Amino acid sequence: MQQRSRLYLIASIIALTLQVFGQSTGDILIKNGTVITIEDGIKEQTDILIRNGKISQIGEGLSASNITEIDAEGMYVMPGIVDAHSHIGIDAVNEATNPVTAEVWVGDAINPFDVGLYRALAGGVTISHAMHGSANAIGGQCETIKHRWGDLDPENWRMKDAPRTIKFALGENPMRVHGEGKNVAPRTRMGIEQEFRRSFAAAKEYKAKKAKAGTTGQMPEYSLRLETLADILDGKIIIHCHSYRADEILMLMNVLEDYGVDKICFQHVNEGFKVAPELAEFGAYASVFSDWWAYKFEVYYSTAYNATILTRNNVITSINSDSRELIRHLYHEAAKTQRYGDLTDNEALKLITINPAIQLGIDDRVGSIKVGKDGDIVIFKGHPLSIYGTPQYTIVDGVVRFDINEDPDDIRVDVDPTVEIPAFYEQSVYDHEAEGCMQGVSTHSHQH
Amino acid sequence: MNYKLHIIIALLLSSIALVGQQVQKSTLGSVVLKNAEIYTITNGVITGDIHIDNNDIKAIGRDLQVQDATEIDCTGKRIYPGFVDSGCKIGLAEISSISLTKDFNEIGTFTPHMRALTAVNPSSVHIPITRVNGVTSALTYPEGSLFAGKAALIHLQGYTPDQMSGGFEAGVLKWPASGRRGRWDRRSDEDIEKDKKKALTKLNGFWKNVKVYSELDGDKGYNPQMEALESVANGDEPLLIEVNKKEDILAALAWVNEEGVKAIFTGVSEGWRVADSLAKYDIPAIVGPILQNPSRASDSYDAPYKNAGLLQQAGVLVAIRTTESENVRNLPFNAGFAANYGMGVEEALKAITINPAKIFGVDDKVGSIEEGKSANLFVCDGDPFEMKTRISHVFINGWNIPIESRQTLLYDEYLNRDPGLELKD
Repeated sequence: MQQRSRLYLIASIIALTLQVFGQSTGDILIKNGTVITIEDGIKEQTDILIRNGKISQIGEGLSASNITEIDAEGMYVMPGIVDAHSHIGIDAVNEATNPVTAEVWVGDAINPFDVGLYRALAGGVTISHAMHGSANAIGGQCETIKHRWGDLDPENWRMKDAPRTIKFALGENPMRVHGEGKNVAPRTRMGIEQEFRRSFAAAKEYKAKKAKAGTTGQMPEYSLRLETLADILDGKIIIHCHSYRADEILMLMNVLEDYGVDKICFQHVNEGFKVAPELAEFGAYASVFSDWWAYKFEVYYSTAYNATILTRNNVITSINSDSRELIRHLYHEAAKTQRYGDLTDNEALKLITINPAIQLGIDDRVGSIKVGKDGDIVIFKGHPLSIYGTPQYTIVDGVVRFDINEDPDDIRVDVDPTVEIPAFYEQSVYDHEAEGCMQGVSTHSHQH
Repeated sequence: MNYKLHIIIALLLSSIALVGQQVQKSTLGSVVLKNAEIYTITNGVITGDIHIDNNDIKAIGRDLQVQDATEIDCTGKRIYPGFVDSGCKIGLAEISSISLTKDFNEIGTFTPHMRALTAVNPSSVHIPITRVNGVTSALTYPEGSLFAGKAALIHLQGYTPDQMSGGFEAGVLKWPASGRRGRWDRRSDEDIEKDKKKALTKLNGFWKNVKVYSELDGDKGYNPQMEALESVANGDEPLLIEVNKKEDILAALAWVNEEGVKAIFTGVSEGWRVADSLAKYDIPAIVGPILQNPSRASDSYDAPYKNAGLLQQAGVLVAIRTTESENVRNLPFNAGFAANYGMGVEEALKAITINPAKIFGVDDKVGSIEEGKSANLFVCDGDPFEMKTRISHVFINGWNIPIESRQTLLYDEYLNRDPGLELKD
């Protein structure tokens, strides 16, 4: 009992400390780093001043009084890494009860206690796109979160003013969950097309009824699902669509064209390389894995050269994790495009900074080092695209959220005083099973 | 030019085009790799030439003159021994969501007579994709409850499993585990303990029979399970024991000491907590993947990156594995992370070359660049742990492997797709 109360005390002290530490913006001066700006070249021996969470000055010999300084001499300073596809920091992923669930929102399930968020910070990731899963043709709305580790209020994790996004899904996952699993459409890629057409048609009608309510005096029955779909038609929500095969990618672009929708980022999009010219012409974005393939039939004809082919065809491309493991080393994943293809250093780094920021509609705020942008920075010892590159500090809005020199083994903020040693997970199954896009759907195979 | 000549030229051109499209084959012969930095692993870095004569490394030296040999200029390039993945499922699994393409998990608690080598698919699309990254060999293993079968060392070249065989097979035991199988594993702590004890009882009961069997003389009849483990019980063959949690590692250690089993521990994700014990009893450890999450929520983010280095520094003979099938090609990057997080480049290189060769008892053939060894090596333009480094040649048992795979062919076809956006008339 005594042991237990002591643990309670420790837990509450940690929680208190973190609450104070949890302030959302800060001031910091980063001195003498090699600054990889992404949009304005590389600046040697350069300082960055962050005031109130924003980059206020970039230059040589900057100084400021009463400010935390980081000596980045001999180190690389780059924008915080942005992951356009993740499921960490949320307690619910799939509302797998209907092929269309536009009414649900993962923003209702933010979990600031997920230790995966800290581990992402240790890999330089400052922003992730917490997504609904891929069980449904039209899934739920997603949330763009800032990794403010230590802040215990879920509200403070939202990236305020980030555009709304929604998850769509094509191919095997919705076919298996609904067609195979429940014997309801869609069971085929043909059926999936009709889910979108049916939904958009209903939303159009709903909009028309609302527009006419002034003269008819009759509002349609309120439906959050149709409200959301109508917002997609009005261009207020960016679609992020789980997809693999070339044919289904073309199908969705055709549907969207018919309904005048143009904001779309294809996710995974393993066969994007086959239809890169069409993606570029549509203005669609692509967010891909560096090298994942063969975990299911629809990704058997993949190539790790996907990101390179898409980039060379002028498709704005990012590399994402969709995994609480990969999110810890996205810089390494981006570097693989230099083995599989010939992207330059800056092109490779764009895949994890400005490009995912564009795809999430937040490139005016983050994704490059520029005066006026958010103070989201990661500092590497060794080049970030080298296997010997190691994140040293990760800064979000001017607050240091990861410091390799102040990194206790046990970083949890939800220490359960009744458990002295947390559960051990057998390796190699920990990550691959039921961890990605199909979380919350009963399957024990490797699904993304 | 007359009409007939036109036809002849057209035919000639089309036959050239056809030749160009033919699938490249591996070739065998007499090859001299000239003027390279040779990372021998066992004998430092040498600048010079390597003469490959059919399957073997015939000579290493400066200015080797060999008549009728094909010369490959390697000026400014490096040569390393082929990398060995010490635990994966290459050749045993093609598409992980389709169970009929998986051959590593037979039904039954005691199936030690299942042989991975039987089910290795030499035509697996994963193989060319893997070897162009310098991974020339792999221990591919079955998986199940308790005794799943025999793992096999294979080289990633050949048309039949026997041509691919690396001359080492060993039984696999999954030690009764007290950890959770995943975040979805909702068993209570009591149930986990109960399951573990039940499995231990089963294991010990079965093992008792193996020992009795191994002491019998004469015709023992048809008993494939017992036969498969007889040499392990006699201490003639090693047993691969998959074990990860600290308490389980200690229990397995006590068991192998008690039973006199020559063990190789695999997984060993909490090995860093008990590294001294493993070193004391001379148990080699095959760890990995290095790129995995920490085993406990309370562990440091880099615990898995550091595990291999901490074990090695404690004196354990360490090899690295991926556990992958389609992405065994990431082995060099797993080793690279271990190198960067404490192990150092030299030891990390050993963990995917000479160390596995020693652990599997094939260091007379593979694991380093030495005269008389099999010609398993690759040529590259820099540090092989760096993603940017390009591999230009791979030799497996002397076979000069084409640097292509389905993924490079797709790149060649689709980089500048033709037709682009034009529609068919």
